[in-house]
Amino acid sequence: MERVPILKMGDTLILTLQVELHDEMAFRLQEDILKKIYETRARGLVIDVSAVNLVDSFMGRMISDTAVMARTMGVESVLVGVQPDIAITLQEMGLELKGVHTALNLEKGLELLQNMGEVGHEGG
Amino acid sequence: MKEVKETSIKSSEDVILARQVAREMAKKLGFGLADQTRITTAVSELSRNIYLYAGTGRVVIKAVSGDSGKGMEIVAEDNGPGIPDIEMVMQDGYSTSKGLGQGLPGTKRLVDEFEIKSKVGAGTIVTIKKWLR
Repeated sequence: MERVPILKMGDTLILTLQVELHDEMAFRLQEDILKKIYETRARGLVIDVSAVNLVDSFMGRMISDTAVMARTMGVESVLVGVQPDIAITLQEMGLELKGVHTALNLEKGLELLQNMGEVGHEGG
Repeated sequence: MKEVKETSIKSSEDVILARQVAREMAKKLGFGLADQTRITTAVSELSRNIYLYAGTGRVVIKAVSGDSGKGMEIVAEDNGPGIPDIEMVMQDGYSTSKGLGQGLPGTKRLVDEFEIKSKVGAGTIVTIKKWLR
């Protein structure tokens, strides 16, 4: 089955959601991320949804839960690349993504993690 | 435009299929990007409800016209256990499973018309409409 790659950049894990995730894939991905955080001793997680054209209540819940789980392990998460129409839809539905920081794009997300002191210099 | 597309829902992959069909038709009918996303998200919520609570069912998406002009109608139908207390599931924050408890009330806010009929032991039909502005 297809898997979503999780990239490591310095102390940060970057998850770029590109394919349309069905629910089982999303659950497996959640586990994969948490395992990878543990294995790599990552200090920050970026979830990039810039290539995603829809976040429904299930995906919202997955993102929020994953961030809360990562935080339980000591890692802060930043959601980046939320498109305008997704922001509109989430707000209208009343979905609040708890536990996850947000930034406009990948660059700003990495900056945010750095400023939070979660991530040191690259190359780790 | 007389166009009807039916997607049978049996798995979580079918949820993706239904929303692809919905986005395609919304685009074709001339809905803007924000409305395309509202419609597609609503279809995602309704299809997932079928798969989670009833197991199987179908989503029928069609172009409609009425007093309010042109639009899109989506009927999500299943023969599942039904909903004993519709008022309760329409409350914000209510959830029996994996959503954020915003599934149905959230869906209602994304569309122009929302109707839910359910009979315990017989099934549930949700009809939503979005009009082109």
